[in-house]
Amino acid sequence: MSDPSEAIVNVNGETRTLRDETTVAELLVSLGHEPESVAVAVNGDFVPRAIRGKHVLRNGDQIACFKPIVGG
Amino acid sequence: MLADVPLQSRFLLGTAGYPSPQVLRKAIEASGAQVVTLGLRRQLAGTGGDNGFIDIIKASGARLLPNTAGCRTAREAVTLAHMARELLDTHWIKLEVVGDEHTLQPDPWELTDAAARLVKEGFEVFPYCTDDLVSAQRLIDAGCRILMPWGAPIGSGQGLLNPWALRTLRARLPGITLIIDAGIGVPSHATQAMELGFDAVLLNSAVAHAADPVGMARAFRLAIEAGRLGHASGLLAAQDMAIASTPVAGRPFDL
Repeated sequence: MSDPSEAIVNVNGETRTLRDETTVAELLVSLGHEPESVAVAVNGDFVPRAIRGKHVLRNGDQIACFKPIVGG
Repeated sequence: MLADVPLQSRFLLGTAGYPSPQVLRKAIEASGAQVVTLGLRRQLAGTGGDNGFIDIIKASGARLLPNTAGCRTAREAVTLAHMARELLDTHWIKLEVVGDEHTLQPDPWELTDAAARLVKEGFEVFPYCTDDLVSAQRLIDAGCRILMPWGAPIGSGQGLLNPWALRTLRARLPGITLIIDAGIGVPSHATQAMELGFDAVLLNSAVAHAADPVGMARAFRLAIEAGRLGHASGLLAAQDMAIASTPVAGRPFDL
């Protein structure tokens, strides 16, 4: 059984344990990302910058952070 | 005009595969391109920085056209488009939804589904599509006013594999901005596209992988200008038989 005070999530391919009620905004701070340097999706859905502080991460969530790269 | 933006250049340039950020900067300058493409990638642990490529692209002054490369479904593409809009502050999106791994051929159903959603959400959608006329019409029905049909599969350098289909698109869709995207290998391919009446050309590998990308960027710039000027000036119709150009009368010594 997982600890109810924790959420086990996948962040960019790595498993992480977060304290319960961690928001997307808090996760980005802990990852060291400048807020405007990445875009975020949770479980394949875009999470706009404006609501990152309200979006609470849940056990099993898949979080992906994207940055610009060269492209054709 | 491209999506209501006045531009002087009909050359859209991709930014991948250059040997260095400095070569990319010089190639953008030499190309005269005012629109450059870029992508988005998920950040994985242990991946390093980009060596300054993105800073060079942003500093180029060209408008940014982010793509949805790698997407296989409409849902993925819509999500990535939203991310690109937030990260790069543009509502322009080069919509790529691939349906086949070997040819990287666009999936017309997923592409049209994604295009319809994104148009409703305020995006200017530049769909990378095939040269199929009816699929193109469905994209227009979805709200697209720009289409980017392939000349040949991405990176293949084969040029315009089906000029008839491309001519048909141009003839049947006179009010749509048509940009040849993908498959261009050499400058004469770009000239041919412009001579067919296409509005612009988008390419990447033919410049980035040239021995001298800066020289090749300039070559394509001139080729695109030449093709456009030729198209605008009225191309000579091909004929089966000879028609003498020098206005002699009969044979020179026969009176």
